[in-house]
Amino acid sequence: MVAGRRGGATPPLQIAVASGKGGTGKTTVATSLALSLAQGTSGDAASSPPTFLDCDVEGPNAHLFLAPAFERRQDVAIQIPRVDAAKCTACGKCAEVCQYHAIVVLGKKTLVFDQLCHGCGSCTLVCPAGAITEEPHTIGVLETGPAAHGIQFARGVLDVGEPMATPAIRQLKRWAIPTDGPAGRVVILDAPPGTSCPVVEAVRGADTLLLVTEPTPFGLHDLRLMVEVAAELGIPAGVVINRDGIGDAGVDEFCAAAGLPILLRIPFERAIAEGVAQGRTLVEIHPEYAPRFRALYQQLARQVKHHGRICR
Amino acid sequence: MKLIVTATAPDLKAAVDPRFGRGAYFIVVDSETLQWQAHANRAVNAAGGAGSQAAQFVAQQGVEAVISGDFGPNAYIALAAAEIKMYLLGPSKTVAEAVANFTAGKLAQVSAPTGAGHHGGRS
Repeated sequence: MVAGRRGGATPPLQIAVASGKGGTGKTTVATSLALSLAQGTSGDAASSPPTFLDCDVEGPNAHLFLAPAFERRQDVAIQIPRVDAAKCTACGKCAEVCQYHAIVVLGKKTLVFDQLCHGCGSCTLVCPAGAITEEPHTIGVLETGPAAHGIQFARGVLDVGEPMATPAIRQLKRWAIPTDGPAGRVVILDAPPGTSCPVVEAVRGADTLLLVTEPTPFGLHDLRLMVEVAAELGIPAGVVINRDGIGDAGVDEFCAAAGLPILLRIPFERAIAEGVAQGRTLVEIHPEYAPRFRALYQQLARQVKHHGRICR
Repeated sequence: MKLIVTATAPDLKAAVDPRFGRGAYFIVVDSETLQWQAHANRAVNAAGGAGSQAAQFVAQQGVEAVISGDFGPNAYIALAAAEIKMYLLGPSKTVAEAVANFTAGKLAQVSAPTGAGHHGGRS
């Protein structure tokens, strides 16, 4: 379904950067794409600098490259059930409905495991005795502020020891993605590594997916998984091959067979590794990449136009 | 006394499974008559919360003690709340050996979580 225009304004184009395998260069690509668009003088992304969301709430690091000045903060909390033992009949309906096994009934006792709770509220809804109330449990914080070249930067930071990244990512996206604005506005979502729930939460609703991989069997293995996620979510994808020159031709062959466009190749190069280790972005190390990232954006935008916008 | 031993297969002679929440089978055994019944652990592939889910199943069997190799924080809290005693397998290699060692008083009782837990567990 194609999203309609609301009140004459256009929802921003959301580009999610993901990889499956960790350490392939998601943040390297995402930050350089953001800077290239912010500096861009041509193309429809030039109208305003992009919004950048670091969705890797378990280990955010994009701030090291984009140097935001955080101006606003907001706690991330989920609603945790509290059971009134006097009202609880130990019927077990709450334990049955909880797919995370965060609430269990043991004999006449009903126990809540805060760290397993996703805060969905199902237990409260099904409790026939009205024994469950909810209280907020803070799991992290959201932060936003301006960064380099007018990029609007936002991130979530999960508290140490909190295992539930998904609610933090969901709230970050709700909080920081502008619902509308001038045409051509872009949001870049830097996803966490892997292909599990936090990644799905980060990329769902994106208009297009930029998959960063490396041409190795590991890179290919996890790229395949991520391509399956993209297909399941119905998001068109393009590929960036990082550390090009190492490994084998497996990724190229897979992309050709799957009809996945390879939009950019970044060579395996000492100067890039050293620069990134010093906290510099790819486009600062090699400014000639900025027009390449803008061209990559144009290709993604065309792909989205062809595919249709995702209805959020 | 009615016990549960975690096992790799549904048999009294089966090798023990050192994992509690993600052990393959629960063998419910009467330590006096050695009558037994096997139950597949439905929590074995749980995305998270295997310990709490398995503990709830164990509590529903009305056993007094569980013998396994490891009790994570969630499993420990849940089993302790259900007033089910926890024992470590020690040198026991099969379910039958574990029951014999238990009856002989050779198994160590657990009074704190034995592992740091996995997903959702706080050390």
